[in-house]
Amino acid sequence: MRDVAIVAAGMTPFGELWHHSLRDLFVEAALEALRAARVDTVDSIYVGNMAGGQFVGQEHLGPLMADHLGMRGVPSTRVESACASGGVALRSAFFEVASGLSDLVLAVGVEKMNDGGDVTGVLATAADQELEAYHGITFPGLYAMIARAHMAAHGTTLEDLAAVSVKNHGHGALNPKAQFQNRVTLEQVMASAPVAEPLRLLHCSPVSDGAAAVLLCPLARAREFTDRPVKIRASAMATSSMALADRHDPSMLDAVTLAGARAYQMAGLGPADIDVAEVHDCFSIAEICALEALCFVDTGKGGAAARTGETALGGRLPVNTSGGLKAKGHPVGATGIAQAIEIVEQLRGEAGDRQVADAAIGLTQNMGGSGGSAVVHIFERV
Amino acid sequence: MPSPRYWREVPTRFRLEAGRCTACGKVVYPARRVCPACRSETFEPVVLSPRGTVVTSTVIHAAPPEFQMEAPYAMAIIETPEGARFMVQVTDCEPGEVEPGAEVALEFRRIRKEGKSGILCYGHKAVPAR
Repeated sequence: MRDVAIVAAGMTPFGELWHHSLRDLFVEAALEALRAARVDTVDSIYVGNMAGGQFVGQEHLGPLMADHLGMRGVPSTRVESACASGGVALRSAFFEVASGLSDLVLAVGVEKMNDGGDVTGVLATAADQELEAYHGITFPGLYAMIARAHMAAHGTTLEDLAAVSVKNHGHGALNPKAQFQNRVTLEQVMASAPVAEPLRLLHCSPVSDGAAAVLLCPLARAREFTDRPVKIRASAMATSSMALADRHDPSMLDAVTLAGARAYQMAGLGPADIDVAEVHDCFSIAEICALEALCFVDTGKGGAAARTGETALGGRLPVNTSGGLKAKGHPVGATGIAQAIEIVEQLRGEAGDRQVADAAIGLTQNMGGSGGSAVVHIFERV
Repeated sequence: MPSPRYWREVPTRFRLEAGRCTACGKVVYPARRVCPACRSETFEPVVLSPRGTVVTSTVIHAAPPEFQMEAPYAMAIIETPEGARFMVQVTDCEPGEVEPGAEVALEFRRIRKEGKSGILCYGHKAVPAR
């Protein structure tokens, strides 16, 4: 297997982008990445997208996007793993380059959620239709059940949950591409409208439009395209039960635990080696569980991390310096690639006000559904 | 929901029919072809007791369109005495009072109504054990 590097990135702002269609978003992010590397074509394209068919009635995104990028003829495939679609697109591109089959592969995540679709209903298709959605559960509802189980098992508090949102909004305020660039207070989070108890509106990531693109090539060729390549040290994935009820312990994200362990093994690294991480905080509780699953804190101790400042910029391990899904926004299929872009910027020293000093190793964790699929990547400055 | 899809699920939804793995004893609800615990393909049918304990719960305020008239409502993952775990709505109580550890009984109820022309969908909901 060859070593693989990310040599360029492109990303639209995230938000309610009423003037942009699904294809517009894709093309904007992809062109930015191609121009940064000064290339006009690629060997292959992977499109990470959760639900174009439901949000905007458009499937068959592979050829559509290749066509609109002026690349008819290039192989182009849409991959899906609910909210982890971006992560699996990156992983697919990684395989193709690592295997030696292709040299230049573009991985683009894209989602257009604000176009009139029933967002709650579409997102619920990432849950088990027959056992969960049928009975009236929502996505916030599933994570609320995870939160309540975590509170009951480990004494995690409402303040612990709210502190995650406060921290991530604080980081988002420093990110010009974030959907929300405003800070929020603990009191504002705890007084926001209830969505699914114990989760409130400001515990939930927003409904977003956006796209993010990265260009991959063999590490041996990376200097042809950039002075600051970022090596992909590990790409790992795992699955768990589709239905939350079938998890041994609903307060644990066991697919994340498994994907994390595989990524650490592939990289030959451990949690103490990570300088900066982007984790999948679709809801505040998810960041707490992810920190535990990735062994950044002990099981049951994730609640204190944001409250004590440990995971804020300047803390022991800055987490979600981009603002996370909470503040940066969560166009579901784009998220896995956008997380990788934040880490690429951190490792290149290009993160501006959000820069983590001397960041050399970074990690991303992206997941689908209530944790039925999880993807973890580890990156290194070279 | 297309009616054949609804009809296929009747044994599970109407009669609480589950499967018990004859190799490892795992109870799966609904029944499956392959045991998730040991990969055996041999099951015996088991009908679940209509009662259970709340494992975790929530109260839905922002509801899907079909359930908006019922919000706020409680949802729970419950475990039956046979060890089956599944998602149900908990009704006939104050939604905020459905906490982990609570005992519930399962009753046959209408679950959802699909607009003006769709079919009525039935199944089980939980109520506080009396």
